[in-house]
Amino acid sequence: MKDCAPIMFAVAFFGMLFGATGLNNGLTFWQTVASSASVFAGASQFVFLELYNQQVPVWVVLLTVFAVNFRHFLYSASISRHIRHFSWFQKYIGFFFLSDPAFAAGEQRAEKQGLTPAYYFGYAGSLYPIWLSVTALGAYMGNLITNPNALGMDMLLSIYFLSLLMGFRSRANWLTVVLVSGVVSALVYKWIGAPWHITLGALAGIVLAAVIGKPANQEKRSDEHA
Amino acid sequence: MLEFFSSPGTPENVFLIILLTGVVTYITRSGGYVVLSRFKSLHPRVEAALEAVPGAVLVTLILPAVLDNGWLEIVAMVVALVASFRLSAIWVLLLGMTIVIAGRAFGF
Repeated sequence: MKDCAPIMFAVAFFGMLFGATGLNNGLTFWQTVASSASVFAGASQFVFLELYNQQVPVWVVLLTVFAVNFRHFLYSASISRHIRHFSWFQKYIGFFFLSDPAFAAGEQRAEKQGLTPAYYFGYAGSLYPIWLSVTALGAYMGNLITNPNALGMDMLLSIYFLSLLMGFRSRANWLTVVLVSGVVSALVYKWIGAPWHITLGALAGIVLAAVIGKPANQEKRSDEHA
Repeated sequence: MLEFFSSPGTPENVFLIILLTGVVTYITRSGGYVVLSRFKSLHPRVEAALEAVPGAVLVTLILPAVLDNGWLEIVAMVVALVASFRLSAIWVLLLGMTIVIAGRAFGF
């Protein structure tokens, strides 16, 4: 699947970094791999490591993971419009694999030619074994990557997400939504802090889209579902 | 039970915590569907809101990299942004990363 190629790089780097970080934060090899297997969401896995290591109460760990992952709630709401033809089983298995890249790829595919279970599981499902193997590799090899910032690892996902963001630029009110979400998110990031800038910033743009949304979109959407 | 949730994790129960973080993540990944599937049809404004989700969320994921760094990272992001009008994601990624890695290697 050529659509998968760019994210493979990012997944490989981050999985290895997570594997090495897991062992540095007091997890065993199998506990580190189990995190990737059970959660399959990079950012919240790093947050979990950090909080576990800081000896924070379990309920705070779980609430923080929920806050970091709240954007997925919006993903499953949005993608639900494109997976009506999936079986019950395909939907509920599919949600487990609904990562950031899987959501973006699914939405873009749905726009162009409709989203089939084969495409969704081919894309989203193939990232899972890779994420597990690179986590294991990173945990096994340890601190092979001594200076992740010199390799620009902190910028890797942001640049990738930027290219995903630009892929949606033909959508109605895209620029307005992005600007409003961006400004609100930046203010929240400065004054309240992470991870609230994600949820609050995103909600600002989404609410705006609902307010300024024109019924013209509706005709286009109902054709798609016919 | 209450004791477990109000105490820090230990090497003995960390497997359970890992499993619970997985459950919490799954709740977020299926929750939006569960809520929306209770409605037969979607109001046009809800449709418009859902159409906006990718743009509204992705921009918030990118921001910290711009706000927390210096001008080198901003240049890399602007070049990547311009490039993404023409190039596919893989080339945008390679171009942006080349600027960041080269720039940092030269001490910017």
